[in-house]
Amino acid sequence: MEVGQLQRSFVEYMASLFREGFLDAQFSQLQQLQDDSNPDFVVEVVSLFFEDSERLLNDLTMALDQPNVDFKQVDAHVHQLKGSSSSVGAQRVKNCCAPFRNCCEEQNTETCLRCLQQIKQEYLLVKNKLQTLFELEQQIVAAGGAIPMLQ
Amino acid sequence: MDTQFHVLAVDDSIIDRKLIERLLKTSSYQVTVVDSGSKALEFLEVREVGVNLIITDYSMPEMTGYDLLRKIKGSSYLKDIPVIIMSSENVPSRINRCLEEGAEEFFLKPVQQSDVNRIKPHLMREKLNSLKRKAMVECISPDKTRKYSNNNLCSIFLQNICE
Repeated sequence: MEVGQLQRSFVEYMASLFREGFLDAQFSQLQQLQDDSNPDFVVEVVSLFFEDSERLLNDLTMALDQPNVDFKQVDAHVHQLKGSSSSVGAQRVKNCCAPFRNCCEEQNTETCLRCLQQIKQEYLLVKNKLQTLFELEQQIVAAGGAIPMLQ
Repeated sequence: MDTQFHVLAVDDSIIDRKLIERLLKTSSYQVTVVDSGSKALEFLEVREVGVNLIITDYSMPEMTGYDLLRKIKGSSYLKDIPVIIMSSENVPSRINRCLEEGAEEFFLKPVQQSDVNRIKPHLMREKLNSLKRKAMVECISPDKTRKYSNNNLCSIFLQNICE
């Protein structure tokens, strides 16, 4: 595929991620912090987000699997996940957190498990989308093009 | 003659540490980032380092940003360093408590470039205050051979600014 086409696909794909609510304005903030002196900033932050989230989702799974669930601990993990998803602009993941924290307050294991299921789904979706986005970027660069900046 | 200000950032989240570090560096600050209040205090103990401002997350395990703030304000050699608190939660009582304890500002997370732009005045004010304190100390020097008129004080002051 030629560079122009790749760039157009990239712009359209990025726009759809914002339109569908996967990403919010905070992600644009990350992009603005990227420049020639820090060309991989977004990928680096997002990679940290992936690692951190997977750790937290594992911790949540284990915590909810206990015979006596420590809801304070569960809530603490969700709070962290809310913070990190908010910091990278992963809006749909972030939005799963408030209802999850309500379920923790109600100390309801069943509803917590459903929240966990939902947040896992949203996380996997946004991870997939972002990986696709980064792959598109790499293709553009490999074809000798510049990555378009979205306004 | 641009003095580089040194900012110490404290946050237990690896993502937020990366973010705040980048934000501060775009404003040309020298940045040190640590992941806990106790590490922050350890770093501050090395007096030669010279930290000009501390920005800390509120919710941290073991020592909260508020605890750290209290320790800093309770320390005779640290209390003049401006402190800014960051939090993902907009809790008015929390914000007031921090401001009352001496925090200069409270930033809501995720922290934006516009928040970081508000740091400069606090750094400049503290720099001015520390120069004044230094000039005052020189003024009351036991060295009786020097007379301290207003002119001399001004030149000492200006000399210090230009260093």
